[in-house]
Amino acid sequence: MTSLWPRIEPLLAQVTKPARYIGGELGASQPVHAPGRVAWLLLYPDTYEIGLPNQGLQILYEILNERPDAVAERAYAPWTDMEAAMRSASVPLFSLESSLSAGEFDVLAFNLSAELTYTNVLNMVDLAGVPVRGADRDASHPLVVAGGHCAFNPEPLADFVDAFVLGDGEEAVGDLTEVIGSWRATGGERHDLLRALASVPGCYVPSCYEPTYAHGRLTGVTPRVSGVPERVEKRTIADLGEWPYPKQQLVPLIEVVHDRLNVEVFRGCTRGCRFCQAGMITRPVRERPAAQVDQMVRDGLDRTGYDEVTLTSLSSADFSGIGDVVSSVINDPECSGQVSVSLPSLRVDAFTVGLAAEIQKVRRTGLTFAPEGGTWRMRQVINKLISEEDLYAAVDAAFSQGWRRVKLYFLIGLPTETDDDVLGITRLAGACAEIGRRYHHNVTVTASVGGFVPKAHTPFQWFGQNTMEELRRKVGLLKEAARGTRGLTLRWHDPEATAVEGLVSRGDRRMGAVIEHVWRQGGTFQEWSEHFDLALWRSGLEAAGLDFADGVYRHRDQHEVLAWDHVSAGLHRDFLWQDFQEALAEHGLEDCRWTPCYDCGACTGLGVEHMVASAVPPAGGSQGTGQDLATGGAVPVRFLETAGVKTGSSGTRVS
Amino acid sequence: MRIRARYTKVGRVRWTSHRDVARMWERGLRRGRVPVSYTAGFTPRPQLSFGLALPTGCESIAEYLDIALDEPLSPADLAREVGPMLPGGVDVVAAGVLELGTNSLQEDVSSCLWEIHVPGVDLEDLDAAIERVLVADSLPITRERKGRDVVDDLRPSVLALSSAGSDVDGALLLAELGTRPRGVRPSELAQAMGVELGLARRTCQWIERDGSRWEPLMVDPAGTAVMWERAS
Repeated sequence: MTSLWPRIEPLLAQVTKPARYIGGELGASQPVHAPGRVAWLLLYPDTYEIGLPNQGLQILYEILNERPDAVAERAYAPWTDMEAAMRSASVPLFSLESSLSAGEFDVLAFNLSAELTYTNVLNMVDLAGVPVRGADRDASHPLVVAGGHCAFNPEPLADFVDAFVLGDGEEAVGDLTEVIGSWRATGGERHDLLRALASVPGCYVPSCYEPTYAHGRLTGVTPRVSGVPERVEKRTIADLGEWPYPKQQLVPLIEVVHDRLNVEVFRGCTRGCRFCQAGMITRPVRERPAAQVDQMVRDGLDRTGYDEVTLTSLSSADFSGIGDVVSSVINDPECSGQVSVSLPSLRVDAFTVGLAAEIQKVRRTGLTFAPEGGTWRMRQVINKLISEEDLYAAVDAAFSQGWRRVKLYFLIGLPTETDDDVLGITRLAGACAEIGRRYHHNVTVTASVGGFVPKAHTPFQWFGQNTMEELRRKVGLLKEAARGTRGLTLRWHDPEATAVEGLVSRGDRRMGAVIEHVWRQGGTFQEWSEHFDLALWRSGLEAAGLDFADGVYRHRDQHEVLAWDHVSAGLHRDFLWQDFQEALAEHGLEDCRWTPCYDCGACTGLGVEHMVASAVPPAGGSQGTGQDLATGGAVPVRFLETAGVKTGSSGTRVS
Repeated sequence: MRIRARYTKVGRVRWTSHRDVARMWERGLRRGRVPVSYTAGFTPRPQLSFGLALPTGCESIAEYLDIALDEPLSPADLAREVGPMLPGGVDVVAAGVLELGTNSLQEDVSSCLWEIHVPGVDLEDLDAAIERVLVADSLPITRERKGRDVVDDLRPSVLALSSAGSDVDGALLLAELGTRPRGVRPSELAQAMGVELGLARRTCQWIERDGSRWEPLMVDPAGTAVMWERAS
């Protein structure tokens, strides 16, 4: 194992942002490779700035490096200029810590967070000097594994990835290390390793499964060998408190996205927003003990020198100890008024004047709310049960505490959406701007509008995505409406990229040929607008004999085989279908963390439970019920006839 | 009170930008619990003032910054607190208290000394190139600025130029480059001389005043700027 650094450094003068390739972060490990250690290279298939902050990768990096039988290094996708320089100098993909060739590692482990990065996965495997297709690899090649949210539909990458890990990786990486280590010690064939991996819980080995098709449709993905599960269940850690990672969050030398301390306050979410894949596949809710959060914040700030901390989760204002944690950091004399706290994914019903007042004491970071739907009807369909009054109260709280800019996230192209729902977005955002003008002369409300992409393991997984023409038309409606609205700025995502994301996210194994085609035509960095190329995807589909409209725009049938049916996030398919029907009937469903169980399957099937310290929603607000649950939370929502919330028939308690 | 610190930027960290170095210092000072003054207002910022930007990819053993403090602290203590908190290659080598009314580094520094490795030339060729520059009346280079090509004459900014021996794969160029009206980069000098640019290292910054030259940490000959030398 030799360092490639002398060959890498001369390339750096030729490329933009050369510090992407030097490592040297605070918290980076100094790996010691040894024959008894399984060498992992953890890869993120996007630029350093996007990939470095990824908490999942950092958690596994630490856990592996703490093990005596493993060592882990990192690599990110080289930007196109660096890739060209590397290829022309015959420099392979290398690790940041030791500058080792990626091909020398035992495992190449990818984090999959976005479908449009898939061509970068192939590119990085190729840059490592490893055959891109699993079938072409032998025992001398590294094992290619992948995890992360996108692994919940593994099929589009099934030809390229040897094994997928579903769900929480904290325990699974240890299991994989042991299996790989003992396989290596006995010197078996590659298929022996793949078979052994297929019996690790949460590990899906696609080469052990055979897809079948009829009339151009997938009819099943079934075991091709005996002894592997028909349906692979995800891994779930029961207690987040046992995994206080990352302890040594990486502090990069250059600016990256989310460049601040991140402390995960809970994992999982049961708000039940029907469009949200993250909320569905990470159940149940597991809170970190508040004292541990406090400790991690303090230690982290001390260690890193960051002046901003984000309390991360899918809905941080729902954390039981949120008020205490925020005010203890902000008012801590040690932080001497210089450390600010930010909360991502703020639910408007939980954002109170009190929280606003605390947060703004140091500096006002951007404030973003996500009503997602423009009308109450739409929000009932998607189960984002926040009332207009909630939103206006939250925005009022923000403006009254000195904010002048507020950002609102919305989706268009949702099931049952009418033009009136779409125009509700500008009405709502315009009304927010008007509230702001009561406090300030100049305010900006930005409405950021994304096209909805149905995702696997959600109630909307059967829904036919809006066509790009339809999304463009809806954006046009919004542009027209926004033109006359003072203080309102509109931003929208490219409907073409939205369509391709939809194509890949619900694709079956045949999508692999399309991804390979796009990569071979030079289509890397597809999530970057300057590189995204719809024509490549269209020609790839044509070459594979697949139809764009059939893959993206078609509503799936209730009993149709879905490409991800053989992997499980713990959710019953019946529950998802039922919830889809509730959505179409405009029925909302309240949060099962504080109210009855709907038997989605996550807790019962996985043998775990919600770990929530507070018996009622902590930050107050109506929590979508029209009532103040902070005081009246004992009353089950479905009895509140006047609340204006229709609850679904599945809202009956399962004891 | 204000303290001026001299530090290095050598090794891999040379590939980071001037802005990156500023953020390393901000975080390092916080980690070292140095009582840095913050600006008032809604977005408090630490009051740090950096000198001339060092081009990304260049090394330096003569970088400076001024740090405003809320509480008195000896330069030696400041260096001790912050030193271990900075990335490898960024070492504090000296620090001193600034007299009230000392000009900023940006205002004061008038020239920089550079040690530039020129790969692929022998000493004779380099000396010939140096001679051509020294006898020339002008040294035009074209650079792009705001999308337009601009021609600059570097000659007035080339204050001194000499060679300093050869090594296995090239020769060493010594250059003193002026900072006004703008700092000339080693890459621009190499371009104008028609030679390749290897590793460039800033070795000294000069302040020209009343016909004499000072280094930024010796602004007051009476000795209020106490030099602190690293123990190691």
